[in-house]
Amino acid sequence: MYVAVKGGERAIDNAHDWLAQERRGDPAVPELSVAQIREQMKLAVNRVMAEGSLYDPDLAALAIKQAQGDLIEAVFLIRAYRTTLPRFAASRPVETADMVVDRRISATFKDLPGGQVLGPTFDYTHRLLDFTLMAEAEGCDTGPEQGTPEPAIPVPHVTQFLNRDGLIEEAPHSDDPPPDLTREPLELPADRALRLQAITRGDEGFILSMAYSTQRGYGRTHAFVGELRIGKVAVTVDIPELGFAVEIGEINLTECETVNQFKGSRTEPPQFTRGYGLVFGQSERKSIAMSLVDRALRWNELGEDFTGSPAQDEEFVLSHCDNIQATGFLEHIKLPHYVDFQAELELVRRLRSEAQSQQEAAE
Amino acid sequence: MTDQSYNFAYLDEQTKRMIRRAILKGIAVPGYQVPFASREMPMPYGWGTGGVQVTAACLVPEDRLKVIDQGADDTTNAVSIRKFFARTAGVATTERTDEATVIQTRHRIPETPLTPDQILVYQVPIPEPLRFLEPRESETRKMHELEEYGLMHVKLYEDIARHGQIATSYAYPVRVEGRYVMDPSPIPKFDNPKLSGCPAIQLFGAGREQRIYALPPWTEVVSLDFDDHPFEASKAAHDCDLCGAGHSYLDEVITDDQGTRMFVCSDTDFCAGRREAGHQGRLWASQPEAAE
Repeated sequence: MYVAVKGGERAIDNAHDWLAQERRGDPAVPELSVAQIREQMKLAVNRVMAEGSLYDPDLAALAIKQAQGDLIEAVFLIRAYRTTLPRFAASRPVETADMVVDRRISATFKDLPGGQVLGPTFDYTHRLLDFTLMAEAEGCDTGPEQGTPEPAIPVPHVTQFLNRDGLIEEAPHSDDPPPDLTREPLELPADRALRLQAITRGDEGFILSMAYSTQRGYGRTHAFVGELRIGKVAVTVDIPELGFAVEIGEINLTECETVNQFKGSRTEPPQFTRGYGLVFGQSERKSIAMSLVDRALRWNELGEDFTGSPAQDEEFVLSHCDNIQATGFLEHIKLPHYVDFQAELELVRRLRSEAQSQQEAAE
Repeated sequence: MTDQSYNFAYLDEQTKRMIRRAILKGIAVPGYQVPFASREMPMPYGWGTGGVQVTAACLVPEDRLKVIDQGADDTTNAVSIRKFFARTAGVATTERTDEATVIQTRHRIPETPLTPDQILVYQVPIPEPLRFLEPRESETRKMHELEEYGLMHVKLYEDIARHGQIATSYAYPVRVEGRYVMDPSPIPKFDNPKLSGCPAIQLFGAGREQRIYALPPWTEVVSLDFDDHPFEASKAAHDCDLCGAGHSYLDEVITDDQGTRMFVCSDTDFCAGRREAGHQGRLWASQPEAAE
């Protein structure tokens, strides 16, 4: 007996109620506050800000709470909110050379002006579960004394030292307004600024795997981490009515510059080349991966060979790095497709019956 | 009630203007895929964000909106999109094809013929008909520019060589006014003839792929075929078991675990309208209140 699928609206409302209950979990366990997520799930917040392309730790924390910790879902919430926001102004380019660094390391020099600053890193932790964190009351252990922050000393970019000797390619200064991926449709070929914009908001997992593939030989670029720095930079905006720029706030950024081998080409002498990564918040993995993928995508400009590697393929990388696009299209196949499927059913049935009758005729 | 915290039909006016420009360009060059700066919508890509943006750019307060998915008004995503516009635009909604001024659809063209004062908005997943022959956008755009459609004909020919017929049953490629080859969105090829000479404006929105294209009224749309293998709009060889229609597209519904099936119109409004008019199918007469 046929019962038409009715009541979609009620089903949807009920599903939403159930989802809200699932989000809350056991009511006997205290509810997480947005501030707790912002302070104690900082790296998740950073990832949501980076891939959501919106620097707002509170909203990112809210999105994580609402999405039950599904970070791609949280990124989606942020993106959908971001797109409704008016654009007041474009900031001046942030000056990462003036960054107040929490962490700054170079893999290419043992020591250097500004020093190696380890900062808050997992790098040398032993990955042993710390069961003391499971204790109900964590106590008020504030960790080692922070002390008064030392006055910021200048921390020049490592690549500058190489640049002085002409050992690394120039990074020419440009005042061209960068393209805006969120306001113009992506058209290929893209310039480097547009590629970097796409990659910095691209999925961390995708960019990581692309970068990893270059290390394993699919478009190898022989990267050294010239410098990785994490810290605060000031954001300034020109106020036309005032005629000067005003600092409107500070944001945390991770910047990675790789130094890559380059044998030279017909037009360029052998020198080092650059890969660049810049990501919101403390996002080391992403920024290193970004700089490797950036460098791999520059094969054409540097006169290298295209070896057919995915990470060299601008169209492949840019068309597939966005996890909101990817997850939407992937998951949409769970929506009803029975009209198409019916058409396929008819076709397969007809092909089968024709094949069968041909077989019978042959016998 | 319109939700006051958003602009009419959700999108801001600048965005709507940008989309309308793309629509106008699409109408001026029928079948050409116009890039547009698709926005992130509050529903996922793949759920009809392209169609929703086109609908949002077309709606005026006097409109009456119908939303269908698989031909039905009551499928969950159709319900959800209708609710979205009822909330953000406050427009009237309807399930009746002949009452609607704007119809957003996924995978079907209504059975009831459309009229000159209607707009049909299609949700499109992959706007590029050549995509599965050539994955690169940079290449396929060139192929359209040069009208280089040989690859598509070779594909159709290979189908015939292998299967004795063209083995494409939905999203069947068409040629628009003898120029652009166009993907009609994943409608069954049964619907393809309705694309041509249609009095309504037909708009196609692909959100994730950032493309809009259009068919102005009365555009000639030809399904690709060969002289000796002409295009054939096919459907299940049955009548609707509820309304008895012999010329509508049918869904196959499995009714038990013994392989029993029934066939019903995929266009729920069309089917209900026929039953109201007194038509009865094989199973409707015996099971008028089929609500077990």
